[in-house]
Amino acid sequence: MTVSSAPGLEAADRVGRDGAHDVATARRRRRPVHWVLSAVLLLLAAQLVNFVIGNKSFAWPTVGKYLFEPSVLKGLGTSVLLTMVTILLGTVIGVICLAVSLSGYAPGRWLVHAYVAVFRSIPPLVQLIFWFNLAYLLPRLSLGVPFGPVFGSWPTNSLISPLTAAILGLSLHEGAYMAEIIRAGVLGVDEGQRVAAKAMGFNGRQTFFRIVLPQAMRTIIPPTGSQFITILKGTSLVSVIAMGDLLFSVQSIYNQTFEIVPLLTVACFWYLVVVLLLSALQRRLEKRFARGHDREGAS
Amino acid sequence: MTVPVVRMDNVRKVFGEHAALDGVDLEVAEGETVVVIGPSGSGKSTLVRCLDQLEPIDSGAMYLDGELLGYEEHRGGLRALPESRVSAQRRRMGMVFQQFNLFPHFTALRNVSEAPVRVHGKPASEAKLEAVELLRRVGLADKAQAYPRQLSGGQQQRVAIARALATSPRILLFDEPTSALDPELVDEVLAVLRRLAGQGNTMIIVTHEMSFAQEVADRCLFMENGRVVEEGSPERIFRNPRSDRLRAFLSRYRQGVA
Repeated sequence: MTVSSAPGLEAADRVGRDGAHDVATARRRRRPVHWVLSAVLLLLAAQLVNFVIGNKSFAWPTVGKYLFEPSVLKGLGTSVLLTMVTILLGTVIGVICLAVSLSGYAPGRWLVHAYVAVFRSIPPLVQLIFWFNLAYLLPRLSLGVPFGPVFGSWPTNSLISPLTAAILGLSLHEGAYMAEIIRAGVLGVDEGQRVAAKAMGFNGRQTFFRIVLPQAMRTIIPPTGSQFITILKGTSLVSVIAMGDLLFSVQSIYNQTFEIVPLLTVACFWYLVVVLLLSALQRRLEKRFARGHDREGAS
Repeated sequence: MTVPVVRMDNVRKVFGEHAALDGVDLEVAEGETVVVIGPSGSGKSTLVRCLDQLEPIDSGAMYLDGELLGYEEHRGGLRALPESRVSAQRRRMGMVFQQFNLFPHFTALRNVSEAPVRVHGKPASEAKLEAVELLRRVGLADKAQAYPRQLSGGQQQRVAIARALATSPRILLFDEPTSALDPELVDEVLAVLRRLAGQGNTMIIVTHEMSFAQEVADRCLFMENGRVVEEGSPERIFRNPRSDRLRAFLSRYRQGVA
C-alpha cells in the first residue's frame, strides 16, 4: 500500500464522493474558553451592580435630587455654549490659517506655523489662567496705530471677564488643532479636483467651498468630533477661573453640603449624555458627507 | 482673413531643466479637429494644459479668438491678468482629463450643471434641463442621478465630456481621454468624440489611439521633445511620414497593436 490511511477513516470519506460534503451543513465549533470568560464577566458585572446599588455613599436619592437642579442645568448650558463658541471660533481660525498658508505669501505662512506651534504646546489650563491674569501684563488695552495715535483705551480687567478669558484661551488652543485638522483634510483631496474646477472657470473661493472642502469634510469630521468632546470636557477647566460651568455649579453645591460623590455623579451623567448626543450627531454628519463614496445607493 | 479660434505663438514651457514645450506654434480654425500624437513625455499633454492656463507658460504667447491669454498690455509692456479674468478666459474652453476628475460628491447631473449655474449664472432649472439633454447625447440619460463611483470608467468619461460641453465652450481640449480606460470601454468614448467632431465642434485631441486619430482628424500633429516635428493631413502623416522619428514612432505602434 502506498497511501497511509488514518485510523477510523473509510477510503470514501478521505477521497470524497459526489455530494457527500456540503459546508453549508457544518456545525459551529464549540469554544469552551469563551464560556468560562463569559461566566467570569457575569460575576464581575454582578459585583459592580452590587457595589453601585449597595454602597450607600453613592447616595442615589441625592443624585436624583440635584440632577435637574436649576443651577446645575445652567452650568450645563454654559459648558455646552462655551464648547460651541470655541469650536466655531476654532474652525474660523483654522480656515483662516489654511487660507493664509495656501496663499503663497511667505510671512503669512511663517505666522501660521508659529501660531500652531505655540498654542498647541501650551496646556489650555495654563492659557486660561494666563488670559485671566492678562491685566498683570497689560493694565490697559488700547485701540490705535502702533507707536501712533490711540483711539480708545480700556482697563484690561473690565474687558477680561471669566467668560472672555475662557473663550480666548479655549478658542486659541482649539484653533491651532483645527488648523492642522483642516489642513490635513484639504491636502487629502486629489489635486485633479482642483485642476478640474479651475478648468471649468471656478474661482479660488468657489473651488475651495464647493469642491475641495465638501470632499475634505469626510476626513475632517471624525477628528473634529473628537475635538468637540475634548473641548466639552476641557470646559471643566474654566471652573478654576470661577466661571459657572457644569463642574463649577456642582462644586458650589457640594462646597456647602459636602455631598461630593453624588454631585460629581450628576456632573458625570450630564457629560456622558452630551457626549453620546454629539457622537450620534457625528455619525449622521459622516453619513451625509460620505455621499458618492459608496457604490450602492441611488443609481 | 478669419481669426483662428486658438493660436499659439512660439510657446515655451520649462519644468526645471526640461523644456516640455520648446517653441510650439499652432493655429486651430473654427470647426477644425486637430489630433496630437507622439511618444510619452513629448509635451502633448503640456500643450493642452498650458492652453487652458492650468500651467503658466514661460515665453511666447497664446490667443483665444484673437484675445491674448493670461496677459494684458500695460504701459507699453505686458502684465499678468488678475485671477478673475483668467478664470473668465478658461470658461470659454472645455477640458476633458485623462483621469476624468469628476466631482465624486455630486451626481452625474450636478457635475454637468454645476458650472453653468455657479460660473455662468444660469437659472438652476434651465441648467438642469440642459444637463439632462447633454447626458442624453452621450447616452447616459438614465444615469443622471448616479454618483461617479457608481459608473464605469467609460461612463465617467462620457459624463466628463458632457460637463465640458455644458458651458458651450469655443474649443474642446481632450487630454488622452481614453488612456485610463479598460480596452473594452474605449470605443464608447471614441464614439462620442467622433460624433462631436462630425458636428463641427472645434477640438484638440491628444491621444494614443492611432486608427481613431487617422479617421477623425482634420489635421494631425506629431510631437517629440516639446516640438512639433511634423504636421499635416492624417493621410500624409500616417501613409507618408517624412521624418525618421515619425516613421519609428508609427512602426513601434503598428508592432504594438499587431
